[in-house]
Amino acid sequence: MITAALYFAFACFGLGLLICMWRLLVGPDSADRILALDTMVINVIALLVLYGILEGTAMYFEAALLVAMVGFVSTVAYCRFVLRGDIIE
Amino acid sequence: MATVSEVLIAIFIVFGGVFGLVGSYGLLKLRETMQRLHGPTKATTLGIGCVLIASMLFFFLIKGNLSIHELLITLFLFLTAPITANFIAKTFIIRNLSKDTLPESRSDYGWSVYDDPPTLTEE
Repeated sequence: MITAALYFAFACFGLGLLICMWRLLVGPDSADRILALDTMVINVIALLVLYGILEGTAMYFEAALLVAMVGFVSTVAYCRFVLRGDIIE
Repeated sequence: MATVSEVLIAIFIVFGGVFGLVGSYGLLKLRETMQRLHGPTKATTLGIGCVLIASMLFFFLIKGNLSIHELLITLFLFLTAPITANFIAKTFIIRNLSKDTLPESRSDYGWSVYDDPPTLTEE
């Protein structure tokens, strides 16, 4: 039962990744593209945690935490670059 | 053989998946960029939250060891989500709105998007 629910959630988050990819390609403004990248990071975190449940190991939480941190830093860096033309002043 | 704990974990996983899909579908459905900022917040809070609760319940009820470090991911995402949204809104403002269309900032200084931060002057 858990396995079926896991596959359903995999399909949901994969479809969400595809939608984010479409918004990343189409998005009329760079704010849309940054938002799509941020949402992709969130979907990837969820996929990593779900894969950890499927495999039954706790090893993927460290990976999920690292992806969360790198995603936040990259989003802020991209916004800083658009806002100020420089990341670290 | 579906025990109560398995049903509970499966419900949380399905809820997380549905809310994650809703959050991403908001990017597709909403029309304006500022409206699209609302969509992924559902994926962040409810989607990831349900998935992490399901993970904690799985490792506690099925595997038998209590693990707290899922809460770290939740805490980190809850801390960083407002900062990210603020930065994306600022990016949209500086690229698409002019300084004249914004209202007055009702303080001694202008909007932080356009003006430099106030510096400390030595008296």
